[in-house]
Amino acid sequence: MRRMNHFFQAIGHRMINGIWHLGAGGRLFFYVALYLLESIKRPRLIIKEVFATGVLSLLIVIVSAFFVGMVLGLQGYNTLQKYGSSEAIGVLVALSLVRELGPVVTALLFAGRAGTAITAEIGLMRATEQLSAMEMMAVSPIGRVLAPRFWAGTISMPILAVLFSMIGILGGYFVAVPVIGVDSGAFWSQMQANVDFQEDIINGVIKSVVFGVVCTMIALFEGYDAPPTAEGVSRATTRTVVYSSLAVLGLDFVLTSFMINV
Amino acid sequence: MERTTIDLWVGVFVALGIAAIFGLALKVGNLTSSNLGDTYMVTAAFENIGGLKPRAPVKSAGVVIGRVDSIHFDNENHEAVVSLKLDKRYTFSRDTFANIYTAGLLGEQYIGLEVGGEETNLKDGDKITHTQDAVVLEKLISQFLYSKASENKTDTKAVE
Repeated sequence: MRRMNHFFQAIGHRMINGIWHLGAGGRLFFYVALYLLESIKRPRLIIKEVFATGVLSLLIVIVSAFFVGMVLGLQGYNTLQKYGSSEAIGVLVALSLVRELGPVVTALLFAGRAGTAITAEIGLMRATEQLSAMEMMAVSPIGRVLAPRFWAGTISMPILAVLFSMIGILGGYFVAVPVIGVDSGAFWSQMQANVDFQEDIINGVIKSVVFGVVCTMIALFEGYDAPPTAEGVSRATTRTVVYSSLAVLGLDFVLTSFMINV
Repeated sequence: MERTTIDLWVGVFVALGIAAIFGLALKVGNLTSSNLGDTYMVTAAFENIGGLKPRAPVKSAGVVIGRVDSIHFDNENHEAVVSLKLDKRYTFSRDTFANIYTAGLLGEQYIGLEVGGEETNLKDGDKITHTQDAVVLEKLISQFLYSKASENKTDTKAVE
């Protein structure tokens, strides 16, 4: 009986805790949004954060994009040539990258590369009481620390996703045309005939902006909310990756179902 | 304003992003090819459009010269009215034939225009009167079976 009680208490505690986190996250998002206009007047801070989140993520994004594109080329060719339509490989690679893989894989990499850095940095700032020191000096840590990072994440994510798609397509081209020997003209012309700028490319960019906002916000909240201990920061960093990945994959389905009219 | 290496890197980063979106738009997407420029609109009524969709290409002699703008159902005559956006550079005679074709065996459907012999050309808002419906596979098969069956009947009669 007692054990049963404990079990239900634990479930209830988890539920209430989750809802509390959701509410606190929403409140933080609101505060950050209040400071967004103010912080854009200090582009220096934003540029510094774009360097930390965007430029430093370039290498991992470019390398993984090239490999993802190459794998898509190989697998796609392997299946398509059974139906005698290996020229459609360009369409397959481009559409899957621009619509889905570009935004989603970039967001997952972004959460792992930049999101964790943001969480750990802010968590440590809190643990070492730098945030409280700022408050003492009448400097709002949300305006000075959080808002520029939010801008930076929202700006860099679409740039990274677009780069991912482009490099991935080049990777697919590399495998399909010089290595396997698909005709280069058919590769590009079929792609151009079937990829729509509005419907495919712009929708992909919209997705990546949404993912950028969500990933950055989760990273900021987890860092801001982290218990000021070594263990607390490490747990917050883990949670950033887990929640960001889940949010990205779940949101991707929702966004896709809005964008595709069946 | 002093310049730092971070500014340089962020500049490179943003420039790469812009280059990539331009690459996607021009090399991957159809931004260059789908811009028809000035267009004029004509309509065509079909009894059956099969799987024709808006934005499907309109071709003449295999060259894309326009796109399907919209498709709606005319409740008075019970037929499908398809609006076509054609490029202003190309003119077609008034007795042009509009057919619905299928690209390849399983490909998308498009409208093919075959030019007639009349002197006056189609203007904005005109209606193409000569149309041919999409080929529906089931109809084709049933027609084939029907004709086969009647053939057999005459054969047996001849034997008798």
